[in-house]
Amino acid sequence: MANNSGDKELVRSANMRSIYDKKRRVSDTILNGLIHLSTGFALTIVLVILGYIAFRGVPELDFGYFINQTSILKNTVGILPNIINTLYMIVLTLLIAVPIGVGGAIYLNEYADGGRFVDLVSFTTEVLSGIPSIVYGLFGYLFFGIFMGLSYSILTGALTLAIMVLPLISRNTQVALDNVPNSYREAALGIGSTKWYMIRTVLLPSAIPGILTGIILAMGRVVAESAALIFTAGAVAKLPSSFFGHITTSGATLTIQLYFEMAKGNFDIAFVIAVVLMVIVLTLNFLARWISMRFDVNRIK
Amino acid sequence: MEAKNLSIFSSRKSKSVTERTAAIILRICAIMSIVAVASITIYMVISGTPALFSQGFADILFNPVWNPTGKNPEFGILYIIITSIFGVAAAIVIGVPIGLLTAVYLSEIAQPRARTVVRSAVELLAGIPSVIYGLLGILIINPVMYDIERALFANDPNHQMTGGSNLLSAILVLAIMILPTLINISQTALEAVPDNFRKSSLALGASKIQTIFKVVIPAARNGILSAIVLGVGRAIGEAMAIVLVSGNSVNFPTPFASVRFLTTGIVTDFAYATGVHLDVLYTIGLVLFVFIIVINIVLTKVVKAGVANGK
Repeated sequence: MANNSGDKELVRSANMRSIYDKKRRVSDTILNGLIHLSTGFALTIVLVILGYIAFRGVPELDFGYFINQTSILKNTVGILPNIINTLYMIVLTLLIAVPIGVGGAIYLNEYADGGRFVDLVSFTTEVLSGIPSIVYGLFGYLFFGIFMGLSYSILTGALTLAIMVLPLISRNTQVALDNVPNSYREAALGIGSTKWYMIRTVLLPSAIPGILTGIILAMGRVVAESAALIFTAGAVAKLPSSFFGHITTSGATLTIQLYFEMAKGNFDIAFVIAVVLMVIVLTLNFLARWISMRFDVNRIK
Repeated sequence: MEAKNLSIFSSRKSKSVTERTAAIILRICAIMSIVAVASITIYMVISGTPALFSQGFADILFNPVWNPTGKNPEFGILYIIITSIFGVAAAIVIGVPIGLLTAVYLSEIAQPRARTVVRSAVELLAGIPSVIYGLLGILIINPVMYDIERALFANDPNHQMTGGSNLLSAILVLAIMILPTLINISQTALEAVPDNFRKSSLALGASKIQTIFKVVIPAARNGILSAIVLGVGRAIGEAMAIVLVSGNSVNFPTPFASVRFLTTGIVTDFAYATGVHLDVLYTIGLVLFVFIIVINIVLTKVVKAGVANGK
């Protein structure tokens, strides 16, 4: 790795000394300018988005929003129910998707020996990651909502989202397992461990950082999702009346609430939610980066 | 009875039971993605086809009139399909050059620190919820579009003012939303090009920019192609970001017309649609699903072609 980047440096400095750089080519200058312009454009968009949300949202921030639910009777406006619903949605989705995603990845990497089955699973995983969230929404409504009789509920939403984030988790787990050196497997099997024991005690602990990255990315997807939830989890924003019973009630997450507020033209509260969402997204981004840096095997060694 | 606990063989037996159960459970986990795709396909086909048979294929797919709640309801989704194709194509035309050039910057030009900054920005762009893109779309892009619209059509009595919620606004939002996909996958493709290619080109006297555009990009064209295909998939499936930005009435897609996409029609009508209207919404979902499956098959072909080319 270090060798490789050294090569690139060499190329760069060699190029700087090339006689052709003295002769300025017009097309080079133009293309170089376009490259920097495009990058600048992408950066500007991110800055404008962050800046505008902060500019409109931060002045609206009020502690009351975070401890109240919206109620006409009590004359309060708040997003506490939506925050709670989002947390429920994250936990439930991961509880369903992580075991299946990690288990499937283990099977593909450690048990299956190529062939059509593996091809089929890879293809379907690819398809799952490409299906638009609105199609997941329709399917979730039909299958979990109507066929399984769960109607509009947080559970319906979580089951739908679990299918949606499955590819994220299994792909990241597979990459993590690929990166575990083969000598680990051989050593464990060589001293008499059975296969599952080896997977449980050697492979999984070594692959944890990669799996965690997948889980964090999945959390990001759940927090950001709206189209798949609008027909499955519903639109109710009420505080839970019972801890487990809340799972079977309809509940709007932060993104859904943001959509309704913006459709109604309540931009103040919409920007408060936008700020909260951006803080969550930024935190998850940093967390993912931190984990991959902290546990990067190549760096530790 | 036998002293089971003392024999190493009985313990081996119990171990092999654990082993076998583990293998079976893991296999079931792996099968889940096949089950999911199969049941989604079945459900989309079962719920999407009744309207096609009851109303006739041509009356839905090739009929431009969408009037689901009228006295003589018509459920033509031709304009909706054309809008989605047209809008996505335009978003790709705008997004691909910007995305590709940014990827070139990241993989070929940027110094480590600048690279980290741009990369985190792109990652952030990918993580922003689509409703937030929609929110900023109606508050930043739509007013600008409305000004342009008023200037352009000031003296045109036939033009129906849209307040800026039009095809062009939706295209801009889509073009921005697909940037992370385009950048990430193109960058991976560019970085996979062996350094020897660059060195040889430079040694022959080509400048750095010539090397990038004449050697590196052509060598990475399969990866860039998959980036574009995935970008199309992302754009055609996007709903919540453009539902309020595009105006959402069914029109032929001209830049300043209020238009409805496949996705946005489902979002707005699903809450109140009943009967045939609801069935047609499922048909729209099926059309969308078919598009995605075709895109995935194309993608698999592209990737396979890349492998066959000895990449």
